Amino acid sequence: MDIAVCIKRVPETAEAAVNIDSSEKRIVEDQLVFDINEADNYALEEALLLREKEEGEITLFTVGPEKSDEVMKMGLAKGATRGVRITPENLDSIDSYTIAKLLAEQIKEGKFDIILTGCISSDAGNSQVGVTLAELLGIPHASLVIKMELEDGNAIVQRELEGGLLEELKIKLPAVFTIQTGINEPRYASILGIKRAAQKEIKVVGHITGEGMKTEIVKMYYPPAGKMAEILEGGPDEVSGKLCEVLKGKGLL
Amino acid sequence: MTKDIYVIVEHRQENIRDITFELLTKGYELSKDRGKLNAVLLGYQNEKLVDSLKPFADTIINIEDERLKDFNAEYYQIALSSLLQEKKPFITLTGQTAFGIDFAPSLATSLDMPYTADCINVEIDNEKVLTEKQIYGGKVNSKVLLADNWGYIVSLRPGSFAPKEGELSAEVTTVPSAITEDIDYRNFVQYVEAVKGEVDITQSDIVIGIGRGIKEDKNLPLMEEFAKSIGGVLACSRPVVDAGWLPKDRQVGSSGKTVKPKLYIAVGISGAFQHVMGMKAADIIVAINKDPNAPIFTVADYGIVADLFQVIPKLNAKITEMKGA
Ligand SMILES: Cc1cc2nc3c(=O)[nH]c(=O)nc-3n(C[C@H](O)[C@H](O)[C@H](O)COP(=O)(O)OP(=O)(O)OC[C@H]3O[C@@H](n4cnc5c(N)ncnc54)[C@H](O)[C@@H]3O)c2cc1C
Ligand SMILES: Nc1ncnc2c1ncn2[C@@H]1O[C@H](COP(=O)(O)O)[C@@H](O)[C@H]1O
Repeated sequence: MDIAVCIKRVPETAEAAVNIDSSEKRIVEDQLVFDINEADNYALEEALLLREKEEGEITLFTVGPEKSDEVMKMGLAKGATRGVRITPENLDSIDSYTIAKLLAEQIKEGKFDIILTGCISSDAGNSQVGVTLAELLGIPHASLVIKMELEDGNAIVQRELEGGLLEELKIKLPAVFTIQTGINEPRYASILGIKRAAQKEIKVVGHITGEGMKTEIVKMYYPPAGKMAEILEGGPDEVSGKLCEVLKGKGLL
Repeated sequence: MTKDIYVIVEHRQENIRDITFELLTKGYELSKDRGKLNAVLLGYQNEKLVDSLKPFADTIINIEDERLKDFNAEYYQIALSSLLQEKKPFITLTGQTAFGIDFAPSLATSLDMPYTADCINVEIDNEKVLTEKQIYGGKVNSKVLLADNWGYIVSLRPGSFAPKEGELSAEVTTVPSAITEDIDYRNFVQYVEAVKGEVDITQSDIVIGIGRGIKEDKNLPLMEEFAKSIGGVLACSRPVVDAGWLPKDRQVGSSGKTVKPKLYIAVGISGAFQHVMGMKAADIIVAINKDPNAPIFTVADYGIVADLFQVIPKLNAKITEMKGA
């Protein structure tokens, strides 16, 4: 059972200020902290869990800058076998379709039974790469997978639909699954794992250009000021008092 | 040459989903002076669904096949790629939903067609197709140009367009499905309903939604105390459920529950659209978040920009005091 996992290094932006740089096509990355994309961490864990049941190798794939090796090493420390980093020269302007194409070219080289991606990246947020990858590889897929079991060359998966409803599917392997958060409990790397990871190989695929782009960011801008909450000003005590007054006035207290 | 707009109708368990009417509303605008608005309905025994779509499109392209009864991305792709190749519509719209996400990227790829996902707007400028997206968790917007092609696929974020009343009366064209043989590599097995828990968060007038900002499960008692003192129930965003701090039936949002309380207080929640979809209909929304740029403040009526661990204890004390008096 050989598994490929696609992981992406992304900036943590939930709590940080995000600034657009002078090109207006990118954000300023200097001040941001980067980590493995949340959903990819669950995909990696799912691969590790599958391998606990059936022996095999786990190969990590990423399209990203050299710094992506940090998240790759974390995956290797958790138990992945090796990593492949693809660093195209036009990395800055590459679109999701081309990312999938670059991934497909490398994944095709191996023989994988299962290919896992996250269901969404927290920066681009397209939910596109995994399903595109399946098409480029000519194999079936299921997206938003929240449960997965293997059975005679098939995977029985549950996809998460709206409102908590699930859809159960039977998919023939090899196949691509895009993993939804919450499917498992991602582990932390052990000290021993981190030591071992230092010996593991990260193959670098460079000196290439991602071609055949289908979309192009022409401009980034800050969301236009629209409706905005009335901000209650003051220290913790004061704002608490103000909120209570507001709620009381509306008959909610 | 006319440039038609296609909308892929999303339906499940015999109901057309709301997103379809949002897409048709936007589709109508795009089709004006350009071509016809077509609702593309794939399913089995579609009569009822066809009728409810009639006011919203110029044409309903009805494709019936037993194998299209329940959604299957593979069958959808076979039927749709053949239809699109033959009819050559200009823009095909889908929703950024569990349905659209599962077939639009591969359909576009199979047709070698430009596709942008999760758009909050689409515009046509000199026959160029441009979309608008929110990226980096809603902190930045981007304008995206699609490469020149005869056709395009765009998926729209739910809630981006308010559906309008339909004033059209569509004619129905039945198109045979291009599916020739059964496939064995993807089979729909069944739907599995969500498990019901002890507390029904949809029934409460006051709902306190907590998010990743509460940091650790050891902070839950503080939040429970807050919910209790204000007379509400505790609900949450997805990461709180993913971490196992609260059960799934407490999750508010697109893949959780939709609540419409008199008061919703979002504490340590950034305001991702998947969350907002589940609470935006509340009468009054209050957000407590330490990040002044958190998108939740554009949804809320009242905001407190502060560390929740400083505010919530004070708020608890004030409420208890007021209720006691
Ligand atoms: C298909 C799909 C379906 C989804 N369905 C849902 C769904 O149903 N419901 C849902 O909620 N999400 C859903 N999501 C996930 C969604 O995209 C977001 O990831 C999620 O809502 C983020 O949750 P959050 O706001 O709690 O966390 P974050 O985005 O990490 O935000 C945490 C917030 O807490 C604030 N904060 C941190 N510390 C403090 C402090 N001390 N005091 C005050 N504020 C603080 C931060 O400033 C930040 O704004 C779905 C995603 C996908 C792809
Ligand atoms: N640059 C990348 N390198 C490796 N995997 C990626 C990359 N971008 C996206 N992915 C994978 O595709 C998933 C969906 O990403 P997206 O389509 O951008 O929302 C992510 O969760 C990753 O698993």
